[in-house]
Amino acid sequence: MANTLDDRKYAESHEWALLQDDGTIRVGITDHAQELLGDLVFVELPEVGQAVGKGDECSVVESVKAASDIYSPVSGEIIAVNDSLSDEPEMINESPYDDGWIFTLQPVDASELDELLDAEAYDDSVAE
Amino acid sequence: MPFIPHSEQDIKEMLSTIGVNSIEDLFDEIPESLRCKDLASIPTGLSEMDVTRLMRDRAAQDGLPLCFLGAGAYEHHIPAAVWEITTRGEFYSAYTPYQAEASQGTLQLLYEYQSMMASLTAMDVSNASLYDGASALAEAVLMAVRANRKSKSKKILMPRTVNPVYRKVTEAIVKNQAIELVEVPYDPVTGQTDKVALEKFSGEDFAALVIPQPNFFGVIEDVDALAQWAVDNKMLSIAVVNPMALALLKPPGEWAEDGVDIVCGEGQPLGAPLASGGPYFGFMCCKQKHVRQMPGRIIGRTTDLDGKEGFTLTLQAREQHIRRSKATSNICTNQGLLVTAATIYMSLLGPEGLKKVALNSHQNTQALSQRLQKIKGIEPVFTGASFHESVLKLDTNIEITIEKLAHDHHILGGYDLAKDYPELENTLLVCATETRTTADIEQYATVLESLL
Repeated sequence: MANTLDDRKYAESHEWALLQDDGTIRVGITDHAQELLGDLVFVELPEVGQAVGKGDECSVVESVKAASDIYSPVSGEIIAVNDSLSDEPEMINESPYDDGWIFTLQPVDASELDELLDAEAYDDSVAE
Repeated sequence: MPFIPHSEQDIKEMLSTIGVNSIEDLFDEIPESLRCKDLASIPTGLSEMDVTRLMRDRAAQDGLPLCFLGAGAYEHHIPAAVWEITTRGEFYSAYTPYQAEASQGTLQLLYEYQSMMASLTAMDVSNASLYDGASALAEAVLMAVRANRKSKSKKILMPRTVNPVYRKVTEAIVKNQAIELVEVPYDPVTGQTDKVALEKFSGEDFAALVIPQPNFFGVIEDVDALAQWAVDNKMLSIAVVNPMALALLKPPGEWAEDGVDIVCGEGQPLGAPLASGGPYFGFMCCKQKHVRQMPGRIIGRTTDLDGKEGFTLTLQAREQHIRRSKATSNICTNQGLLVTAATIYMSLLGPEGLKKVALNSHQNTQALSQRLQKIKGIEPVFTGASFHESVLKLDTNIEITIEKLAHDHHILGGYDLAKDYPELENTLLVCATETRTTADIEQYATVLESLL
């Protein structure tokens, strides 16, 4: 059974969004998503400075089975990307909620987070 | 059971099952105005004997003209072994096999082909081929727009010295994706891409610059300067090259400081005969960092569970059977048979053989151009150095001259450049590959002189 954490919000498209102390939001994919994808071999990171809208495709994760788009869970500007994924994409498999984060954005409106699912609701949506 | 699908009885039963009266009723949704009534202009079938006779007669009408025509497709000598081996049953399939890994021989051949192309272009990777040179350039443009994520623009700088057919095909393929091709003029003196005109685009946001080598006029471009200009202006560079020329010229992977990003072109000079325009094949190579944006199939070498060498399709996750509408391209096939011929051609000739072909073609064209310039009324047009084509201005109606050469003397005299470059009136693009002899050149010159 895939792991879900209570400290963050989730999109139905399997991204998590974690509000940090400095008001920025860190984004990655869920444990459930990485299990489905299998061994990741490549991550196409967004560009720092890129403006993204809620639901925009902004990154691609590629496993041996499939290449899948990552959609930004909220609107904002990309302020950091996890460059270490370029050499170690498997970090997403090993640590999806921590070392396997994909990008950080400065949200336009952090209240957009409220529109996302909490851990329980995400688990329910996955179980369906 | 005889293999006769859809007997009258079958059709009747199927229609009655779904409650429809006639097959015609299945097409009700298509408005009357869009239907083609009948196919009256299509003749009834012919027997094999009749078709063979018809095609033989048609082929005979072409005759065996003496060819001084290039302009994108070139008559090179193809050793007999090339097509003897290519048409062996084991190779004689022009398609990527569906159960790909079961066909280790085909995959190994494609892997060898990719290795040869990567070596010839000095690039990191090659795909297993595309349809032809023109569609390869279109795919390269689409790829550059995807790969240049620093650029917000969907604009491409396209020199007018790029093969006009390639430009038209590219336009047709990319325009519906809102990609704009912006023309760069050529220098009327040298025949090279005009660097002063190019400089006016400096600082503007473009996804990529296309660099032909040699260009459509046969002229050698200042590729180092062009590739460096692209880097300085934060665009990718796409080389569209004649692979034969690379046997002599600096490969695109070594242009400027770090080489170009994408190389594409027409593979016909490598073992494919001239045949009314095809089938030929396109090739594409790129830097490792762009490999996930490269369209087409890529074959990799690996080891199996027992540690034995094996070949496999690789990087499939970006292809359309997995990625659907988000695939890098809707290219799902390649020109396997032509690639087989090219691989055998390159294997038989080797780097030295290719170099000899390229050098002889260059020298023969030099000899042809100089010989024709001795005729009163024929002048060279460009000062730029050329590979194996030359541009000459005639003081007579060139359309009629080409027609007379072909009809009365069985000589394909060259390409009328005014068709694509209205400013180059009565201007002929000629080519003499390694297959032309001194006597051929003399014959052409004598006949042409008599027509002027």
